[in-house]
Amino acid sequence: MIDRPLTLRETMTHGLIGLGLFLAVWTFLSVSGYVPRQFLPTPLDVIARFIQLLTNPFAGATLPQHLLSSLQRYLCGMLLAAIVGIPLGLLMGWFRLLDDIVSPIFEGLRFIAPIAWVPFAALWFGTGIGGPVMIIFAGAFPPCLINTYRGARFVDPQLIEASQMLGTGHLRTIVEVLLPASVPSIVAGLRVAAGLGWQSLVGAELIVAAAGVGFMMVQAQANVSTPTVMAGMVAIGIAGMLIDVLLRYGETLIRRRRGLEA
Amino acid sequence: MGSIRFDRVNKIFGAGKAALKALDDINLEIAEKEFVAIVGPSGCGKTTCLRIVAGFERPTTGTVSVNGRPVSGPGPDRAVVFQHFALFPWKTVRENIDLGLRNKSLAKPQREALIADALNLMNLESHADAFPHQLSGGMQQRVAIARAYVLDPEVLLMDEPFGALDAQTRVMMQEELVRLARVNPRTVLFITHSVEEAVYLADRVAVMTRRPGRIKEMIDIKAIRSAEKWSERPRIEDVMDLESFIHLRTHIWKSLREEKSEDRR
Repeated sequence: MIDRPLTLRETMTHGLIGLGLFLAVWTFLSVSGYVPRQFLPTPLDVIARFIQLLTNPFAGATLPQHLLSSLQRYLCGMLLAAIVGIPLGLLMGWFRLLDDIVSPIFEGLRFIAPIAWVPFAALWFGTGIGGPVMIIFAGAFPPCLINTYRGARFVDPQLIEASQMLGTGHLRTIVEVLLPASVPSIVAGLRVAAGLGWQSLVGAELIVAAAGVGFMMVQAQANVSTPTVMAGMVAIGIAGMLIDVLLRYGETLIRRRRGLEA
Repeated sequence: MGSIRFDRVNKIFGAGKAALKALDDINLEIAEKEFVAIVGPSGCGKTTCLRIVAGFERPTTGTVSVNGRPVSGPGPDRAVVFQHFALFPWKTVRENIDLGLRNKSLAKPQREALIADALNLMNLESHADAFPHQLSGGMQQRVAIARAYVLDPEVLLMDEPFGALDAQTRVMMQEELVRLARVNPRTVLFITHSVEEAVYLADRVAVMTRRPGRIKEMIDIKAIRSAEKWSERPRIEDVMDLESFIHLRTHIWKSLREEKSEDRR
């Protein structure tokens, strides 16, 4: 078990080993003819297509442009999930009554897969930015809320007592004691949310969107351009990894500041 | 200002078969500016006494009042120093001390002056902008004491404040506390399981029985301390060498030991 956040370099090295093995098997399957090349393009085909897509538009935009519109929606959805989930989680952790009221509803809703919201997302918020944002929100909100709530509930009781004996009011205790004490748990929640949100986004774009990586892949599927579909998958994978690396880095910075590790 | 009164206080944790009587008819009066230490076997409820005064626990029956007002919840008139410091790890020393002052809505210049005094009092000036984890245990407890003192509380509640420190630091902090009590006397309720510490610091020592905790004996230290001029000896070891100190210590030890042997019987 690795119980510390990895450095950027370690993450890259480990990742490259796995990637190498994966590419070897893939190439073997494709080049040996076990799988028809049209169904499984070789890594080189995909890379060539990927590079081509960087400048040549497909389905109305180049790959970076598609990625950019995906990222825009993604950021909106994530931001919304964090803005609603973190304060609500803190309030639920502090006020028992709110916890009792919200928890049953939330427990019921959180088992609904984000993709299940697609019909309503399209109906209520359209296929522009609103619909997909709602689906990302549906994916990213539960981990934001749950982790903040858990962080707030498991704050060292002595810190809360210290805060009370200093005469600290509710709002200030929530902002200055509960929130910072929950930060490690919140960041862990954001990492889970980032992954789920990114998955939900691409799922949503496959169905409701007029641009974005998911949309590009659906169009490619219609044109039986498997290298384009795979190029889209590669872009999704790389972007997802970069998001996670960024969040891990943030996590390390916070832990270091707290003196949790050197 | 600053008297504490326990009036027939009982505390029972839990209910039914799991009910556990922690305190049995505690009656205790602590006068203004008096330093009272409670010693007792572990689990006897001495910390529960302190937590009731702090407002963290409520008595099952009876009342605890401070200045004649019954305690209804925690508040800055009863500052607490915890065994494990309970400093906010994300706040600097200065910010930790400042929180209670900000809660009092004092103006910034006034707060800064008070913080400067508190830092000076506890010799913390050079660590004002450090985070707690960058300080030793003794330094952290100094910050916690500064955080309590700066509120100008009517009573100071200290729950085994030096229990988590090493022996040397502990002695330094005890001497420091004696100095503080001279410069800035407060009503203090001090919980400890160290008999020496209690005798060295307190005006009166309350000895508690095993659970359910009752106050078994009150021992007056103050009269002997002033008669034997302990305060003329700055070092704890010099005081501890005095016959009067040894006599008191032995007396309390015997009283505590009876408790332990009763349990074995």
